[in-house]
Amino acid sequence: MGEWMTVTDPHLSSESKNICQYTSETKMSPSSLYSQQVLCSSIPLSKNVHSFFSAFCTEENIEQSISYLDQELTTFGFPSLYEESKGKDTKRELNIVAVLNCMNELLVLQRKNLLAQENVETQNLKLGSDMDHLQNCYAKLKEQLETSRREMIGLQERDRQLQCKNRNLHQLLKNEKDEVQKLQNIIASRATQYNHDMKRKEREYNKLKERLHQLVMNKKDKKIAMEVLNYVGRADGKRGSWRTGKTEARNEDEMYKILLNDYEYRQKQILMENAELKKVLQQMKKEMISLLSPQKQKPRERADDSTGTVISDAEEDAGELSRESMWDLSCETVREQLTNSIRKQWRILKSHVEKLDNQVSKVHLEGFNDEDVISRQDHEQETEKLELEIQQCKEMIKTQQQLLQQQLATACDDDTTSLLRDCYLLEEKERLKEEWSLFKEQKKNFEKERRSFTEAAIRLGLERKAFEEERASWLKQQFLNMTTFDHQNSENMKLFSAFSGSSDRDSLTVHSRPRQKKPHGVSNGSLVCASKLTKSLPASPSTSDFCQTRSCASEHSSISVLNITPEETKPNQVGGEGASPKWSMASGPGSQEGCYSGCSLTHTNSHVEKDDLP
Amino acid sequence: MNFSEVFKLSSLLCKFSPDGKYLASCVQYRLVVRDVNTLQVLQLYTCLDQIQHAEWSADSRFILCAMYKRGLVQVWSLEQPEWHCRIDEGSAGLVASCWSPDGRHILNTTEFHLRITVWSLCTKSVSYIKYPKACQQGISFTRDGRYLALAERRDCKDHVSIFVCSDWQLLRHFDTETQDLAGIEWAPNGCVLAVWDTCLEYKVLLYSLDGRLLSAYCAYEWSLGVKSVAWSPSSQFLAVGSYDGKVRILNHVTWKMITEFGHPATVTNPKIVVYKEAEKNPRLALGRLAFPPPRAAAGAASSTESKYEIASVPVSLQTLKPVADRANPKVGIGALAFSPDNYFLATRNDSVPNAVWIWDIQKLKLFVVLEQLSPVRSFQWDPQQPRLAICTGGNKVYLWSPAGCVSV
Repeated sequence: MGEWMTVTDPHLSSESKNICQYTSETKMSPSSLYSQQVLCSSIPLSKNVHSFFSAFCTEENIEQSISYLDQELTTFGFPSLYEESKGKDTKRELNIVAVLNCMNELLVLQRKNLLAQENVETQNLKLGSDMDHLQNCYAKLKEQLETSRREMIGLQERDRQLQCKNRNLHQLLKNEKDEVQKLQNIIASRATQYNHDMKRKEREYNKLKERLHQLVMNKKDKKIAMEVLNYVGRADGKRGSWRTGKTEARNEDEMYKILLNDYEYRQKQILMENAELKKVLQQMKKEMISLLSPQKQKPRERADDSTGTVISDAEEDAGELSRESMWDLSCETVREQLTNSIRKQWRILKSHVEKLDNQVSKVHLEGFNDEDVISRQDHEQETEKLELEIQQCKEMIKTQQQLLQQQLATACDDDTTSLLRDCYLLEEKERLKEEWSLFKEQKKNFEKERRSFTEAAIRLGLERKAFEEERASWLKQQFLNMTTFDHQNSENMKLFSAFSGSSDRDSLTVHSRPRQKKPHGVSNGSLVCASKLTKSLPASPSTSDFCQTRSCASEHSSISVLNITPEETKPNQVGGEGASPKWSMASGPGSQEGCYSGCSLTHTNSHVEKDDLP
Repeated sequence: MNFSEVFKLSSLLCKFSPDGKYLASCVQYRLVVRDVNTLQVLQLYTCLDQIQHAEWSADSRFILCAMYKRGLVQVWSLEQPEWHCRIDEGSAGLVASCWSPDGRHILNTTEFHLRITVWSLCTKSVSYIKYPKACQQGISFTRDGRYLALAERRDCKDHVSIFVCSDWQLLRHFDTETQDLAGIEWAPNGCVLAVWDTCLEYKVLLYSLDGRLLSAYCAYEWSLGVKSVAWSPSSQFLAVGSYDGKVRILNHVTWKMITEFGHPATVTNPKIVVYKEAEKNPRLALGRLAFPPPRAAAGAASSTESKYEIASVPVSLQTLKPVADRANPKVGIGALAFSPDNYFLATRNDSVPNAVWIWDIQKLKLFVVLEQLSPVRSFQWDPQQPRLAICTGGNKVYLWSPAGCVSV
């Protein structure tokens, strides 16, 4: 303790006082003030400590300082610094242990407090930065809010202006309309005024004319005469006739005759036109029926109900035809029947064509060539064309109906439209026929192609079958080649072959999806091979060929093929004992045919060569 | 095609005879009749005054020459050159004169349209018809020559009288609902009479032979109305051209409009062929020559030749802006004509005066537009085939047919 107190520095003590003053007087933010204070208080200025100590305890007041300290410590809950008093009068001795303990405790406490202080300071800093951040955010958001408010106000303003303009325009429009109406009224009134004035003037003019006429007639101008050398005969060579009442009647008769002739002529033309149209319609109907009826023989047709209706329609139409030919009238009922039957046939034809389209698309999905697609497009075009033309025909029928109705209702002047219309109809009729025949041809072609494709598919299947059988024979031979062997390997071979047999079978089941013929012979072949172990087989054709064929086969059946180097493909001998467990290992994970064949091939060396293993 | 030599003509009076054998032309007070094939002068007649109007009779045997100033009509016979006939209207005056369809009666319209006098060449009889209307086309004969329709005006109302031409008996007389009748025309089949109103009011009325009103058609109000009317040769269609620049086609069954043809100044549809007349050799023309171009062998150096070029669509045609404050403005469809086979309709829009529009009646669409370098004065169809001849007042004749067009 004495050592501590020797170093005094009044300057430092004043510094500390200044610092304290400084901290107490300045108005800083509470956090920074607090931190300053903390800092200040945490400055481990040993010199300050020294000065404090020297200020507190000197050599004179040791006892006093001890007792003071003791009092302070006891109030803080620390044990007393004095030893236990033995008597009342004797001086209490300083308990050094207690002092040391107290010092320790105080140090511990100090450390704790320092830690706590640091934590608090860091937290304070964090909070300060958070606060700053939040303030910044707040400021930004406030700005944004302001700008958006301003924008909104601007937009509202614009909206208001536009609405104003709109209202103005409406008002202008209304004004213009009113003005137009007014001008029209003005024009009307002026027109009536002009008419009135004109009439007045005309009356005056007529009076003048009358007067003039009278004057002219009265004058009896001799000059008004005709001078002719001799009178000419009439154009038609007949004599003139007197004007009598009979002639008047005759004239009337003639006039009516002319009118009636004209009407009759026109009526005839229209009837002819109607008959033509009806013929065309019936022909169309017949052809539509014939188009639909051959379909009922095809098994693929799902439209059994439509064929049923076709048959019924044919019967109906037969009856109708006979009726029509008998009467050949343009009655309401006959007309309606005709149009209804045509409509029905048309609907059936349309549905039929749609079904054909669906079928074509289905067939297309099952993997035919592009040639089918092209023909379908043609079909679609044809049917579209047909549809259009039939629409036109329908419209014509409607107009004809209307004309007929009008004619029946009132005896109007009808004239000969027939000639021209006949021409149009004939043209269209012929066009329609041509296009129908085209359409039928294309359908036939399409079906031919379909048949050829199915045949090709069947042929392909047969070829596959043959190929698979070939493969089986190859495998057989291969296995036979491989079995030149020690009886040691015979078991392994058995295992191997059994395994291969099973894997073979697996592979076969896996890979025989599109090809209906399964080469069952292969697995049997391998088992047979296993039984013929001790036989020495003639050299098989090079296994490279076998590999290649295998790879071909595997391609077809989508199997992965191991790379087999040609050096190792010696046909005759199987590898030695050491290889056997490896065989099983190698072929274990690969229950794929490629693996075992690879293994077998690599082990056709005369000796066991572990290096050669794949 | 070549032009013949030039003959003198006055007042544009030059008519072919109805049988196509003779050509009559008037020079001052002389009437010259030539043979069509050789153009030799066959007859030469001298009238008393300058001839204002000449007309062949329907049987090609007589020609009438009217002299309005003197109020005289002189009739000449081809077969008997010494035969003569003179009709003097005297103080009644003469405004118009025409033959009747039988070729034996002459209808003279006196001054101020006071009356129509029917002079007969066969008998001494004279008939008078009172109150004929002074309008554009007040008289119309049926094609077969049986009936005459005459527009009259009595008591400030329009009437139409139908006369039987054989004995000039009045067959029907009825009033029309028009304000101021402007014209009447028989349909070629002789059963329907089209009557149209003045241009101040758009109204087309259709009457049957016995005087019943069949239908009335009005396209719009207030604006200027009908300018020209034409029947199709089959009587199926009636084309009405109006001042709004449109032609409306009425059909004979319902007498309603089936379509209207507009005449815009720009042609945009690529399916329409536009023939534009273009100068072949754009040199300075040696003045407007009165002669037609000389024969091809002599060379074409003395006059500009022109040919037709096909212009690519869109084409804009020259328009003429009409004077707003004058009467009878140069707008609207001024000329309409159907081809004799009923396939085409040729029209001229007065506000696009250089162009002739040809419409396909079978398809009811615009077919061809011909644009000339100068305004089209008149056009006429060949009576037998669909061939149109156009003249613009220059020294060329333009011919169009569906095969193509040529300028001569």
